[in-house]
Amino acid sequence: MSTPPAAANGRGGPPAATNGVDEPALLAVQGLNVALPAWADRERAVSDLSIQLLPNQIVCVVGESGSGKSVLARAIMGLLPAPHVHVTGGRVLFDGEDLLQATPGRMRAVRGARIAMIFQEPMTALNPLMTIGWQIEEMVEIHLVLGARERRARILALLEEVRLADPERILRAYPHEISGGQRQRAMIAMALILEPAILIADEPTTALDVTTQAQILALIKELQRKHQTGVLFITHDFGVVAEIADHVAVMRHGVLVEIGTAAQVLNAPQHEYTRSLIAAVPALAPRAKRVTDAAPVVLEVRGMTKTFASGAGWFSRARRSVPAVKAVELALRRGHTLGLVGESGSGKSTLARCIIRLIEPDAGSVRLAGIDLSALTRRELRPHRKHIQMVFQDPFGSLNPRMTVVQLIAQGPITHGVAVPEALARARELLQLVRLDPAAADRFPHEFSGGQRQRIGIARALALKPLLLVADEPVSALDVSVQAQVLQLLADIRDRLELTMLFITHDLRVAAQVCDEIAVMRQGEIVETGPTAAVFADPQHPYTRELLAAVPGRNWVPPRF
Amino acid sequence: MALGPKTAVYIVRRLAQAVPVVIGIVVLNFLLLQLAPGDAATVLAGEAGGAPPEYVAQLRERFGLDRPTHVQLLLYLKNVLSLDLGYSFRNSMPVSTLILGRLGPTLLLMGATLLASVLCGVLLGLLAATAVNTWRDRVISVAAVIAYATPLFWIGLMLILLFSIKLEWLPTTGMEDVVAFNEGWDRVLDIARHLVLPTVTLSLFYMALYTRMMRAAMLDQRGMDYVVTARSKGLSERLITYRHVLRNAVLPVVTMAGVQVGSLLGGSVVVESVFAWPGLGQLAFQSLFARDFNLLLGIFFLSACLVVLVNLAVDLVYLALDPRINVD
Repeated sequence: MSTPPAAANGRGGPPAATNGVDEPALLAVQGLNVALPAWADRERAVSDLSIQLLPNQIVCVVGESGSGKSVLARAIMGLLPAPHVHVTGGRVLFDGEDLLQATPGRMRAVRGARIAMIFQEPMTALNPLMTIGWQIEEMVEIHLVLGARERRARILALLEEVRLADPERILRAYPHEISGGQRQRAMIAMALILEPAILIADEPTTALDVTTQAQILALIKELQRKHQTGVLFITHDFGVVAEIADHVAVMRHGVLVEIGTAAQVLNAPQHEYTRSLIAAVPALAPRAKRVTDAAPVVLEVRGMTKTFASGAGWFSRARRSVPAVKAVELALRRGHTLGLVGESGSGKSTLARCIIRLIEPDAGSVRLAGIDLSALTRRELRPHRKHIQMVFQDPFGSLNPRMTVVQLIAQGPITHGVAVPEALARARELLQLVRLDPAAADRFPHEFSGGQRQRIGIARALALKPLLLVADEPVSALDVSVQAQVLQLLADIRDRLELTMLFITHDLRVAAQVCDEIAVMRQGEIVETGPTAAVFADPQHPYTRELLAAVPGRNWVPPRF
Repeated sequence: MALGPKTAVYIVRRLAQAVPVVIGIVVLNFLLLQLAPGDAATVLAGEAGGAPPEYVAQLRERFGLDRPTHVQLLLYLKNVLSLDLGYSFRNSMPVSTLILGRLGPTLLLMGATLLASVLCGVLLGLLAATAVNTWRDRVISVAAVIAYATPLFWIGLMLILLFSIKLEWLPTTGMEDVVAFNEGWDRVLDIARHLVLPTVTLSLFYMALYTRMMRAAMLDQRGMDYVVTARSKGLSERLITYRHVLRNAVLPVVTMAGVQVGSLLGGSVVVESVFAWPGLGQLAFQSLFARDFNLLLGIFFLSACLVVLVNLAVDLVYLALDPRINVD
């Protein structure tokens, strides 16, 4: 799919309810208003929203966090966390019936049987104490009168349909015993077992690895076509939209700002906000190489190995050992940015933590600017710590909530012997460098948004004037527009300070924008390394090819305005 | 999990790990008691209204108290390992006979207490959580706080005052009416009636604790994603509570119950004394004042074994309730 007709058809995309097709709608939301509690930052989660879903159609609702897209889904299902969040007006017409007026009993009959839902995190969305089989069977049992054998046959057939290998084993397994992809397949099987008319999918692939995400998206699309289901697909990711949507609705602060066919919205967005969102999507085309190979090598990693052992006890040998990093070799020249790319569990974070010795590696050496760090004891290492600094993924957990911003930034230099007034003055300068108001210096981290906190994290790392900056998924917790700003900031600072950067990411789009070279990791090994442009244009390893093929919306080139 | 060979290996391993723990406890108890002033010989002599030093020395020699501490310790350890707990000179009986005679009543009281506090706590917590912020929830929560804050012995005395003396519904002390010579079911009923007050006294605190824990855990679990999934499947609130939430919410209570068992023996010293319940707690109390260290050490040894075994049992229950726990 994808590659929709390139140009706009000249028709303005009014934020109206029509999908431009004269077919009776399966689901019609009309003028929906959902109120937020008094202490919320705005009055309504959803304002005067109208949207339609036709049979055999996938409508994507896109928006950033706080846009009200999940509230919309829950309002349709009657699953709002009452009484704080409740519907104050509008209609949700399903088969001519207004679901907002339906009795609780009637809604229970609709839920699951006629409108089913799948969620973002299948691990928490499934009851951890019950087998997969039991949880799927429960869906059948409460809606249909069927014998045990018929139920089982039906479940097994569907598990086969969602392509779960060894369905008998899956039925007996508990959620923690199978992989994330398998869990989401099981969730999809549970949602589709009663052949609902509508499937509501709330960010169903966000928690999954990119290759798994591609498989799940393909599966949803295939089953949707086969069963003629109407799918309301909620996502924040325009790549996913390009992959799966027939129609697209863009939401912001609870308001529908634009609606139209996928081709219209993706390639010729009308509304200013849609344009800015699409402009923030990193292009998959890698940046031109901006550095030469003449620069001196700053970081050299040789034979880095780390195996995690578990289950060792008084009376038992270590039973399981998990090799997280296997004999990794890396070299990074001054001013270069190396992207460490891989899926979860590939060992990329462990490798980074071994390099800065947050984790003690089993074997291997790290040379930083000619000094062999791995030969030093922990005490000897301490003065060298300032040369490698890290920016963490979670902007909420990585800042001490009891310290002011300026204290957080100045703490490192003060520990390393810089005079306090000088360190504080420099911290204020750094705030300007990361484009935060210096007046923010004396406030606490919780007063800032995620993107602002990540800027504070960057300023903290820069305060020690490091030779090497290790950024571990620095933008993956951020909304796409904020992500674009933070990436831009990192690029500017890097160029200005000639920083060397090790950039860890699972997102190939981000890697394409930021990295001069990339190293692809799988199961603790680097399977391919090279200049970003070369790897993207001509991937050598099958796994790299698989990763590139799995990037959602890879055939869609975001228009530039 | 299933009760397969893996679980059996796990049980054996846990029991093997318990051996050094119990030996450590025995050594520690022995050394601690050496620190206490006085011994059985002085107490016996004192009770006789004074005795010449030769007589006391003779007593010491007979009890083996004149030997160096480390020799006494090694001898005691050797005896314990061959399951010989020694002789109580005070009661003129082997320690093991004395203790085993008192074990039954104590286990009965402990078991009844554990069962009552866990069952009632879970039930009350459930009742409070399913009607949160209504009068039912408030009454249960306030009662729980009061029970939580009241001292154990005071509750015991007040219960005796009310139910035994004023209302005359329940017997004050003892485990059974010995002079009635009850047989069969009559005896069971009689013991049950005697059991009520000590059980209530011992279990109130933990019942209140479990009520609060269960209520909090239920409310916590109701906010989990899997509950939203269950709603989206069309389950009624009742089914969601009983099928999905209850089992998840009971896990912290089970953990706490393991801790409770350890403190039950300590609590039973007070309660058995208040209600004259012929159990290990009362025996420990008496032997302490008689400086009957052999007997005291024997009780400590048995208590340590009991706590180890019950903790293992609690872990097995947890294993059965939570499939995420892996025995290896």
